[in-house]
Amino acid sequence: MTTLHIINKSPFEKNSLDTCLRLAKQGSAILLIEDGIYAAQKNTAVGDKLAAAAATHSLYALAPDLDARGIGKDEIIDGISLVDYDGFVQLTTQTSGVQSWL
Amino acid sequence: MAVIKKFLYVNRKAPHGSIFALESLEVVLIGAAFDQEVALAFIDDGVYQLMRNQDTSGIGTKNFSATYKALGDYDISKIYVEKESLDLRGLSKDNLMPLTWEDEDDDWAEKDSIQVVSSTELAEIIDNQDVIFNF
Repeated sequence: MTTLHIINKSPFEKNSLDTCLRLAKQGSAILLIEDGIYAAQKNTAVGDKLAAAAATHSLYALAPDLDARGIGKDEIIDGISLVDYDGFVQLTTQTSGVQSWL
Repeated sequence: MAVIKKFLYVNRKAPHGSIFALESLEVVLIGAAFDQEVALAFIDDGVYQLMRNQDTSGIGTKNFSATYKALGDYDISKIYVEKESLDLRGLSKDNLMPLTWEDEDDDWAEKDSIQVVSSTELAEIIDNQDVIFNF
């Protein structure tokens, strides 16, 4: 079983994403929610990190939080899957535990 | 005659993850009633406040992004966005919603409110203020 890692802070304001990427075991799932979704947008200063992580982890972003922030679904880094709230719940049931990097 | 001061509102937080952006906007609109010279600066994650196409229906919060378009009606015509902050986020002015004001001294011509400025230019602007509010 694996852990679901959740990030809800902007990668430009806090280092939660960096710490998560450093400490999340390979093969585990990482879900971006709230201001964490800014990391999912293409062409940002943190884009390369996410693109690299997509090869070793399962990456997800919460679609309603993208919509709220005006980030289009076509602007998301390849390898990140979008989920809705039902998908969020499913992820929590498919993993052995949840780690929220506040 | 009343003294007119230069007010700058500095916005550095993303819009929906905390209450800062909405509170700033409320204070700006209230303050606009006092006939002072008002300017807004958007720096760091604050630039996200001006993103086009924000739709909060899925997260059940108020979509206050449309309210920025009312700033022109309150004679707020100086909206500065730091270029370095946009660059770091892969954004340009095209990603931001168009904000305009009508120039009374130019036959009410509609003009762009948003000015993308370098950090050097913004440093100068900050240095020239009488009062600065931070959000």
